[in-house]
Amino acid sequence: MSASIELAAGVSGSLGSIGYGLAAIGPGIGVGIVFGNGTQALARQPEAAGLIRANQILGFAFCEALALIGIVLPFVYGK
Amino acid sequence: MSAEQTQLAFGWECRILADNGCAFPAPGLHSFLFKPMFTIGGFEFNKVMMLALLTTLIVVTVFTLAFGKAKVVPGKLQLAAEAGYDFVRRGIVYETMGKKEGEKYVPLMVSLFFFIWIMNIWSVIPLMQFPVSSVIAYPAVLAAIVYVTWVSVTFKRHGFVGGWKNVTGYDNSLGPIKWLVSFIELFSNLLVRPFTHAVRLFANMFAGHLMLVMFTVASWYLLNSWLIPAAGVSFVMTMVMILFELFVQAVQAYVFVLLACSYLQGALAEHH
Repeated sequence: MSASIELAAGVSGSLGSIGYGLAAIGPGIGVGIVFGNGTQALARQPEAAGLIRANQILGFAFCEALALIGIVLPFVYGK
Repeated sequence: MSAEQTQLAFGWECRILADNGCAFPAPGLHSFLFKPMFTIGGFEFNKVMMLALLTTLIVVTVFTLAFGKAKVVPGKLQLAAEAGYDFVRRGIVYETMGKKEGEKYVPLMVSLFFFIWIMNIWSVIPLMQFPVSSVIAYPAVLAAIVYVTWVSVTFKRHGFVGGWKNVTGYDNSLGPIKWLVSFIELFSNLLVRPFTHAVRLFANMFAGHLMLVMFTVASWYLLNSWLIPAAGVSFVMTMVMILFELFVQAVQAYVFVLLACSYLQGALAEHH
């Protein structure tokens, strides 16, 4: 146990990149769900295209914001 | 470190596989700092401010020229401006707030939309190539304008007690957990909302600009011996990213205004 902690403490390098990779998983899944379900809704009800597209873009923006905060944070807290 | 590093990236000496061991001049925060062009009474004026002023001028001039002497049979400019105005009015404001309530806020939303959009578009205009909204101050102030508007509308519409009930989503039928719900709603509406509203626009433009700078600098840096094809790939990626950025810029202006409208709609709606 203590050995693995020591090992983790010794990790160095571009940790920000690894952190961002981890942070992008959630928003990636979210964006996939938004567009997947949006496409399905469009296929089921093409006449509601305008409304669906507006909500799709809104949901996309909500998810994407998380990934983008992840991009910015290393610049704010790095070094 | 700011200007020197940018200069290095465009020197002939700094290449991959060069003998001097010059590392890739990666873009970073320094890509967003500009030396002041001139100083007026201790007030530094830089490129970003110039672009923001230009944006204001463009928006004001175009709409004044288009609607200053509005005709029943519109000319080309008036037709284009009307299309833009109508897009925001019908596509965003009426969709969220409805015709009756929304009409009053159409001018604010139209100006916000075009101001943000043009601020973003500077990102891909040759020689300018810097999105003004990637400096947090600009989106922060715009989000503050929207914030002040919807909070004051809430209290004007519902009175002091009703306003707090609207902001916190206070609901008697929830029983004892209504306090927990109110607390979370208060936190999310008054604190998180303005923050994410500003940061969403800022971070999109920030990340977009970083990506454009990275591919542009990389296509220069890779331009040496057998890696020249790689430079070509990087250049193609720059072009692809420019197209993608054009899309993102419009979407972010749209989303910013759409969110502003939905906040206002929440302020105007009756609490239940």
